[in-house]
Amino acid sequence: MRITKEEIVHVANLARLDLDEESIGKFAGQIDNILEYVDMLNRVDTEGVAPTSHAIFLTNAFREDKVKEHLDRNKALANAPEKEDGNFVVPKIIC
Amino acid sequence: MNLYELTIHEAHNLLKSREISSQELTKSVLDRVESVEPRVGSYITVAGETAMTQAELADKAIAKGNITHLTGIPLAIKDLICTKDLRTTCASKILENFVPPYDAFVIKKLKKAGAVIVGKVNMDEFAMGSSTEHSGIKLTNNPWDLSYIPGGSSGGSAAAVAADMCLGSLGSDTGGSIRQPASYCGVVGMKPTYGRVSRFGLVAFASSLDQIGPLTKNVTDCAVLMNAISGYDAGDSTSVPMDVPDYTTFLEKGLKGVKIGIPREYNALSGLDAEVSEAVKNAVKTIEGIGAECVEVSLPHSEYAVAAYYVIAPSEASSNLARYDGVKYGLRDKNKNDLIEMYKSTRSMGFGSEVKRRIIIGTYCLSAGYYDAYYRKASQVRTLITEDFKKAFKSCDVLLSPVAPTPAFKTGERTEDPLKMYLSDIFTLSANLAGIPGMSVPCGFSSQGLPIGLQIIGKHFNEEKMIKVAYNFEQATDFHNKKPVL
Repeated sequence: MRITKEEIVHVANLARLDLDEESIGKFAGQIDNILEYVDMLNRVDTEGVAPTSHAIFLTNAFREDKVKEHLDRNKALANAPEKEDGNFVVPKIIC
Repeated sequence: MNLYELTIHEAHNLLKSREISSQELTKSVLDRVESVEPRVGSYITVAGETAMTQAELADKAIAKGNITHLTGIPLAIKDLICTKDLRTTCASKILENFVPPYDAFVIKKLKKAGAVIVGKVNMDEFAMGSSTEHSGIKLTNNPWDLSYIPGGSSGGSAAAVAADMCLGSLGSDTGGSIRQPASYCGVVGMKPTYGRVSRFGLVAFASSLDQIGPLTKNVTDCAVLMNAISGYDAGDSTSVPMDVPDYTTFLEKGLKGVKIGIPREYNALSGLDAEVSEAVKNAVKTIEGIGAECVEVSLPHSEYAVAAYYVIAPSEASSNLARYDGVKYGLRDKNKNDLIEMYKSTRSMGFGSEVKRRIIIGTYCLSAGYYDAYYRKASQVRTLITEDFKKAFKSCDVLLSPVAPTPAFKTGERTEDPLKMYLSDIFTLSANLAGIPGMSVPCGFSSQGLPIGLQIIGKHFNEEKMIKVAYNFEQATDFHNKKPVL
């Protein structure tokens, strides 16, 4: 086993997901299979190989620090599930 | 002939000579959608009313002599490309009611060119899948045989083009999501070089791999749509400031002097179907017959592409999808009074199982203690895969291979075995990892009558060479003229 049910629960919590018992069991089996397949990467000698973070030759893309046209506040809030006085509403954070 | 059967360039010629109007054409496409949609299931949203308004405006522009290649042409857009005031769901419950306040860069370009947007088409949720079965909204069927999947994740796009429910479509390709469904539905699909087409307004899946591209009825239309969507955009920091050639000028006969590379390792990759192998071999012979020279090349790290991809793509996805938290847009479980509980409940209700699976794999691969073993290792193998291509392209202009190891599979066949589903992308993923362009063109049919695609892979920013090879192959064959009976 590369990944246990407990680890699935731990990682799901890190990713802010709740899983029921059935999904935990199913995911543990399927993800274990996938990680077993992924293990073939260990057959490749990567000593001294630089990891790719970007597929093409481009470094920093800079622009002038100038205010440009931007989204109107009401439009930015239009899709919010809950809003009040021009702000997003979230459940109480500090008790 | 019905107007909905026209290709983009045929319709353009008729619009230009005023033999048809965009309103007639758009109406014909909308009627076609109404009649076959219940069987094919391509569209998540049909924007009939706004499409007719856009068609009317296009007709007015044409009357004044203002016509581009796309003026008045009805197109379908994959439902993860933002369209202002038109619902964009990513085929996810979590974004089921999301109405973007802005247009993606490519949509701005299409609208400026006068195109008509018929609606938004189905896909695997957040583009994660190879069959469109992971859509959280509906099922799409392959127009060639309704009991088969259309491929994915741009399955709605490919099926809509194949079934004449639009004249062309935009999809997105992170590991084969344009090319594989194009192959399964017998249409032309192009994943451009990473950075050629702006990703501004494309809902992110794996940002270092995602690219928007066209699905069309033939190669000429592919060149026309590539002309329309390519080019630098300051709104996407990975967009490349390079001149874009007029791709339609490469629709010319003759392949003398063109060198075709055949990757030695591809025949040995697991699960290659005999009929697919045969169709691709015949395609190579046809292309040789037109004057191209074939050389054997080696891509020694091919067999590791799926493994590297299924670390890198889920890792990026787990980070990108953190934004769906029930606060700024989308679904929210309003019954939870605790913030963390609200996040968890919202995300668990909103995401489907494949998305959850990939978020968990990605979070695991990036978590403390595993990062080096998985993400860093996969990113190093990615470098080796890219170097393989660079070496291979020293002796040839384009590579030829199958698009997918088999023709389309049956609905339900692979949903319980994610790894088997992932392996259907074995020939396409490498191009995304290396950032190079790839294309699918119809090259045959299986004994069951399902389409088979030929993949043409090119050098960075060398789409024109692929278009030239594809065009010559298309001119020499008849596969693109066959239509599914619906």
